[in-house]
Amino acid sequence: MNYVDFLLWVRGPAFQIATAIFIFGLSWRLLEILSLSRKPELAVVRERGIAGGFRTIFRRFLPVDDNTFQRSAFIITAGYIFHLGFFIILLLFVPHILFFREFFGFSWPGLPTPVIGIITIMTLLALIALLINRMRHPVLRFLSGFEDYFVWIVTFLPVLTGYMAFHHFFHYPLMLALHILSVELLMIVFPFTKLMHTFTWFISRWYTGSRAAQKGVQV
Amino acid sequence: MSTPQTIYESLHHQGFSRRDFLKFCGISATIMGLSPSMIPRIAKALENTPKKSVIWLSFQECTGCTESLIRAHAPTIEGLIFDHISLDYHHTLQAASGRAAEQARENAMKEHHGDYLLVVDGSIPMGNPGYSTSAGISSLDMLKEVASGAGAIIAIGTCAAYGGLPHAAPNPTGAVSVEELITNKPLINIPGCPPIPAVIAGVISYIVTFGQLPKRDSLKRPITFFGQNIHDRCYRRSFYDQGLFANSFDDEGAKKGWCLYKLGCKGPVTYNACATTKWNENVSFPIEAGHGCLGCSEPHFWDAGHFYQALSVPTREIVGTAGYALAAGAAVGVASAMLNKKKKVDATKNHETVTIHDLERTSS
Amino acid sequence: MSTASFERGYNAFKEKIDAPIASYFSSCVHCGMCAQACMFFTETGDPKYTPIYKLEPMRKVWEQEYTLLGKLKALLGISQKLTDAELAEWQELIYGSCTLCGRCSMVCPVGNDLAYMIHKAREGIAAAGHAPKGLIDATKRAVIIGSAMGVKLATLQAQIKHTEHNTGIRIPLDEPGVDYLVILSALEVVNFPEYLEALAKIMKQADKTWTLSSIAFEATNPGLQIGVSDIAKELVSRVINVAEELGVSTVISPECGHAYTAIRWEGPNLIGRSFSFKVQHILEVLDELREQGKLKTEGFEKARLTFHDPCQLIRRGGVIEQPRHLLKMVATHFVEMEDPGKMNWCCGGGGGLVTQEESEELRTKAFNRKKTQLDALEVDTLVTACSNCRIVLEEGFEAYEMEMPVVGLTEMVAEHLVESEV
Ligand code: SF4
Ligand code: SF4
Ligand code: SF4
Repeated sequence: MNYVDFLLWVRGPAFQIATAIFIFGLSWRLLEILSLSRKPELAVVRERGIAGGFRTIFRRFLPVDDNTFQRSAFIITAGYIFHLGFFIILLLFVPHILFFREFFGFSWPGLPTPVIGIITIMTLLALIALLINRMRHPVLRFLSGFEDYFVWIVTFLPVLTGYMAFHHFFHYPLMLALHILSVELLMIVFPFTKLMHTFTWFISRWYTGSRAAQKGVQV
Repeated sequence: MSTPQTIYESLHHQGFSRRDFLKFCGISATIMGLSPSMIPRIAKALENTPKKSVIWLSFQECTGCTESLIRAHAPTIEGLIFDHISLDYHHTLQAASGRAAEQARENAMKEHHGDYLLVVDGSIPMGNPGYSTSAGISSLDMLKEVASGAGAIIAIGTCAAYGGLPHAAPNPTGAVSVEELITNKPLINIPGCPPIPAVIAGVISYIVTFGQLPKRDSLKRPITFFGQNIHDRCYRRSFYDQGLFANSFDDEGAKKGWCLYKLGCKGPVTYNACATTKWNENVSFPIEAGHGCLGCSEPHFWDAGHFYQALSVPTREIVGTAGYALAAGAAVGVASAMLNKKKKVDATKNHETVTIHDLERTSS
Repeated sequence: MSTASFERGYNAFKEKIDAPIASYFSSCVHCGMCAQACMFFTETGDPKYTPIYKLEPMRKVWEQEYTLLGKLKALLGISQKLTDAELAEWQELIYGSCTLCGRCSMVCPVGNDLAYMIHKAREGIAAAGHAPKGLIDATKRAVIIGSAMGVKLATLQAQIKHTEHNTGIRIPLDEPGVDYLVILSALEVVNFPEYLEALAKIMKQADKTWTLSSIAFEATNPGLQIGVSDIAKELVSRVINVAEELGVSTVISPECGHAYTAIRWEGPNLIGRSFSFKVQHILEVLDELREQGKLKTEGFEKARLTFHDPCQLIRRGGVIEQPRHLLKMVATHFVEMEDPGKMNWCCGGGGGLVTQEESEELRTKAFNRKKTQLDALEVDTLVTACSNCRIVLEEGFEAYEMEMPVVGLTEMVAEHLVESEV
């Protein structure tokens, strides 16, 4: 298999397979979670839960108070840089937008490529810092297992290979193929790991927020 | 057949002076992509090298490659080649026809056995042999026969090199490249649809001059001409880097000469000399003319995604796939949900009321 | 005779796991932020006290019982089945180092309500017979004697007599058709009789009718803390039945955080229906009376004081502003702690922890958080609104040799009632 065959394979059949597994896993796992349902609140509530749930979805983007921020300043900051960076790269890099246009049928303006380049560097650095922190912080080291490190790798690789491809390190078509392959790897493991939080965080926040709002607490 | 003559002798015969000969060596150096410091070595080689006998076979092809070569504007290129070689067989160019033509081929093969150069354009059908024949001989047989005595093989054009257009899905003739059939001879690919004439000339000159194939990449292409990525050499690259793209062939961006990535340019994954050597005596190349690169010098270029779709778009349909996957996932999800529901109902049924007597293991 | 068993515990886990819990486990990114919210971690630095780690047994049950992937993993031997030994081991984490304070639920970036999960996980461990001894005993007392502390009606009656004598106000018992049914924490009967006096005075001034019950005088609910819904239901039903028999319009929950949650929030869900009466915490009642102008006070506390927010009342109960309104009514030097209100730190004795001797050392360590908060403020008095907090705070002060009076807010308000009107 030469690099052209490889590139065509990752752009074609492999991507199709990855998409299928990704979507399949998502719909399966989400249904599995939601179908467990919860009992209705029978106490007289102070506020309807629905709005409160949505409020928490947004409110939780920021730490609830200064103390919470100070105690986790590093992970919050680095976590934000990484998450924002990742989504900016994913959603605002023109070639990616063209991909989404194909899928969704509409597109949006992208960022100038040098800006994406800088953001990519920041994202990579944030990810590396988060990894070091995970290996060194007593709590994180204690909590982390194979999955945590594995997920880090599959998240890191697309960013790294994307950057290398973009800057034509080594051989562009090969780098591009590796980049797409790493994205496919990410998509395949996605529904079966903690990466699912990408789709469940707002469900979790909503559940917590709605119950708290019913009790009259803004969380 | 004439007695083998060295190139120098041949030129001398035509009335060229020594000075003209050195000038000729200079042009050869340029065209081979070598530095002028190589001229003495080239001269030395050409003084001693006999003119190469060349047999040119055409299979499933459109004659575009030959056209490209002989229509080259600068007479030097065409002339140069024909000064380097003795073209003993070429369907399109030879004067002889029928039996006489085949006779010429057979003679050349006998006389220069083990030394002649085989040039192929076009792909070989592995389906019905009748898809492509000449003088009643199938392409496959012809190739095998001629290749067996060849010193080296040059596959010219993407069809010969990688199967090209005939190989495009669903490949009705079962077209394959030369490389797939002949594995025991030195082979070089000069892909392109068609290849740049100067590149063809340069490679042939090199082989004739130095008696060996130039350095090749993993796809057996001469690195001198195919070592560079179109995107890396593209004069529109700065627009790509700035994120300035033409959205259609006639919008403001297109008029301003912005990058053609969004319009399907395959430059980033294409290796060829177009962006540097250009076409028609350095006049222009597709991107300069306002059209994205098609990636014609790469294998499967007909099947590497839509010509006008960006490189980042998957080559297979995914929306429908996603739809099926969604449905399948939902089915599994619902099945799991039902199992879970039953489990929970059972757990509730199995629940024995916990009283204060049930809080310890050994309650009495 | 039935007995606790691993199977019953496992079954309880299966019963209690619901969509929020599944979503919470699926969402956790192992960021470790919840550890930073939990005083058992912050004051010890021991990572095993990380809240999400306390849920490991429950996570296993969820994964292996309610996800196909988990079933597959178990089948392939990638994940291990939950064992009884694990449940026994986790007693220390689920009971011994968690007060169900819910602080961790406030900080989790993906929004996991960890305290909710820990509470549900107690159902499994309790049914498996691994609840701590102290809490089991308290639960037994509550069911058999009628009060977790073993306080009997006779004690209450003596206290009533005493209060009537002190205040000259009649304390009604078992009176139907009144405005309020007042329930108490046994601590208020035994340790803090001031509460009853205060209540009598306030009701008189506000001109409200009220009563105590000889059957359902105890408001605390160890069934809830131990995590046995069946028992929690039985205990809370006593109050509900009496309230509905007497036909009161409102039940007033005492100055005890979890007693409030038990009847206000858990009660209807435990018995599976809503009530015919309202439930209010005493502070809610007081603040309402204040708004209506029925609570008249005079004079102010001179001391510099602060308020300790009882977790179940504030963060988990939603009574946040009322204590502040009341404090401003009677105190001039009221200062807030760092992290006040819904983010305040637990006293360290909630969730039934106070009943567990084995956790005393850890509790004392954790109390350092409160000490640090208070040291920074340099206050003279600590006000709170939970008799359980009050006991724990006093214990903590003793351990750290701190001198500071701990006062119940209701009493403090009562101290300032306009005399002529009482
Ligand atoms: S036009 Fe094509 S080759 Fe040129 S910069 Fe754009 S993408 Fe690259
Ligand atoms: S509820 Fe409170 S005590 Fe329990 S784990 Fe969370 S922060 Fe710690
Ligand atoms: S704070 Fe939330 S996401 Fe982070 S480790 Fe704790 S439970 Fe998991």
